Amino acid sequence: MLSMSQLTPALPEIVLACTCMALLMLGVFRGDSSTRSVSWIAVLALVVVGVVLTSVQSGRMVAFGGQFVVDDFAHFMKWLIIIGSSLAIIMSINFNEQESIARFEYPVLILFATLGMFMMVSANDLISLYVGLELQSLALYVVAAFRRDSLKSSEAGLKYFVLGALSSGMLLYGCSLIYGFAGTTSFDGLATLFKGLGGTGPSVGLVVGLVFLIAGLAFKVSAVPFHMWTPDVYEGAPTPVTAFFAVAPKIAAIALFVRVLVGPFGVLIAEWQQVIVLISIASMVLGALAAIWQDNIKRLLAYSSIGHMGYALIGLAAGTEAGVRGILVYMAIYLAMNVGTFCCVLAMRRTGRMVEGISDLAGLARNQPMLALALAIFMFSMAGIPPLAGFFGKLYIFLAAIESGLYTLAIIGVLASVIGSYYYLRIIKIMYFDEPAEAFDRTMSREVKIILVGTTLFVTFFIVRPDIVVGGAGTAARMLLAG
Amino acid sequence: MIIQALSFYLFAFVAIAAAVMVISARNPVHSVLFLILAFFNAAGLFVLIGAEFIAMILIVVYVGAVAVLFLFVVMMLDISFSELRQGFLQYLPIGGLVGIVLLAELLMIGGSWVIAPVAEGAVRGFPAPPIDQVTNTHAIGKILYTDFIYLFQGAGMVLLVAMIGAIVLTLRSRPGVRKQKISDQINRRPEDAIEIKKVQSGSGI
Repeated sequence: MLSMSQLTPALPEIVLACTCMALLMLGVFRGDSSTRSVSWIAVLALVVVGVVLTSVQSGRMVAFGGQFVVDDFAHFMKWLIIIGSSLAIIMSINFNEQESIARFEYPVLILFATLGMFMMVSANDLISLYVGLELQSLALYVVAAFRRDSLKSSEAGLKYFVLGALSSGMLLYGCSLIYGFAGTTSFDGLATLFKGLGGTGPSVGLVVGLVFLIAGLAFKVSAVPFHMWTPDVYEGAPTPVTAFFAVAPKIAAIALFVRVLVGPFGVLIAEWQQVIVLISIASMVLGALAAIWQDNIKRLLAYSSIGHMGYALIGLAAGTEAGVRGILVYMAIYLAMNVGTFCCVLAMRRTGRMVEGISDLAGLARNQPMLALALAIFMFSMAGIPPLAGFFGKLYIFLAAIESGLYTLAIIGVLASVIGSYYYLRIIKIMYFDEPAEAFDRTMSREVKIILVGTTLFVTFFIVRPDIVVGGAGTAARMLLAG
Repeated sequence: MIIQALSFYLFAFVAIAAAVMVISARNPVHSVLFLILAFFNAAGLFVLIGAEFIAMILIVVYVGAVAVLFLFVVMMLDISFSELRQGFLQYLPIGGLVGIVLLAELLMIGGSWVIAPVAEGAVRGFPAPPIDQVTNTHAIGKILYTDFIYLFQGAGMVLLVAMIGAIVLTLRSRPGVRKQKISDQINRRPEDAIEIKKVQSGSGI
């Protein structure tokens, strides 16, 4: 029988699910005029969930017969997801009103997606992995098409849906092969099984299943060769949704990737390491090269995020504690840089309409020097120039790769990051040295300004107290590998 | 026993024949009807192996909901399936090649199928109840709401999101639609609607 104490590890998820449904009722009865209040309550609820999350956290706990696990790793990732989701809701409030797509379902769907991500991060079974992934993806498909009167937004939603369904199919096929050959879907069971294999090695079917599983997960983190959807979806979706896509789902998917591969499949590192190395190299190179020819800022950021995922996967390819710590630090910094950059993109608005061309940024330094400075800091940070935060993210990743002897991977990573800095620096050049274009409207809301200042300060002064993030990441990584 | 074997061959044969007809029928409505026939026969096969719950689910969900919904879509959207089939021969070689490669791979995997000896011990402790003591509907019910409550609730959430999504993306409040408002109707007083006029006899209004 279930008792209350057995549910304690899942308390944050339960609170979140109940809030989703309560807010849905509130919205339905009060109509679209309640969008603003529903949004703020949703943000408040996320903060409450975070507090609950921290208060119930104590070591590694499993619930629901081992289908659900919480540990320091999950705790760290869930906090990043909470931050990403709440910032995405705050950024959307004014934007949705300006674009007259303000509807109360938006914050509710974001909360549902967050719930799905929580389930992904805490998955300890192939079935709960799949259910969490679907909950998250289904909510994301809908918010991608949220501006339903725009052809591009609908196209983004449809494309994401069809390709996402395909990737889910691959993932499920992989899961069923693994289940068929291992006889269990539980991660703990799989781990015991693989440890017991000894020198014989896994059967072919297991490896094929693992490869399909990796393909499905690589789609969710938009790693090459499963990246095709990313630029179109980023371009078509409304900007706050794109900001959300760029951070929270990526963090959840990378967390799932780490949990599956380093956890139960950790013993089989010889089988999956080469696949991850290949995906990682392809993502870094494509992210660096394809972005050069983009003239839409959202498409450029899409390719940039593909590249960033390539770097994060280096840490996974290392498969060590240092590698996992590198991923966690990288994702935290990636979150701050991307949210900040998208705040700047939100400010690109002329005579009441969004503009998204990179050339529209021309001369921003003269029209709005502070905004230009913030964007320049983010671009320098993404390019990995010290002493900004982005440099440290890459540093920890490359250190982990070198420690595990993946020299080629580290060298290719550094080269790709040099090529990639070309397009980041090009944006700075356009802002500071080109003839000024017409000024943007000054409609940035106070909340977005606060987010922008906060993320800028984080990125700039990360060097002063890196231990806040790195320490937490270190504990989380140690626990994941110990468990 | 002979009846069981005969019914197996009957169900299996009709199911395969119906499946072939699904992809070869010219009229899409006929395709859907053959699909329903194939589902019915598959359900019969499930009953034969003692899985009556899955058989009923197949009828209720696939025939009752999915296939009928599909029938509605086919009839309402007027999609020309013969146009969709154009280029079939063009894509046949490459499609066939991919299919053969996949089939070969599957056979290779299938051939190597050995469950590792440790796997038996690693399987989670859900002993299958003996089939002569518990019906499988009962057995599924016993674990669905207890051991698998997390996944059950999670799947419920997925369905809720699907419903919200469908409403968000398609519901439009159209102006000019007259709806029945019962409270307005009840609150209406005779004075609001009827005007009593004294009409002088012998003259019009």
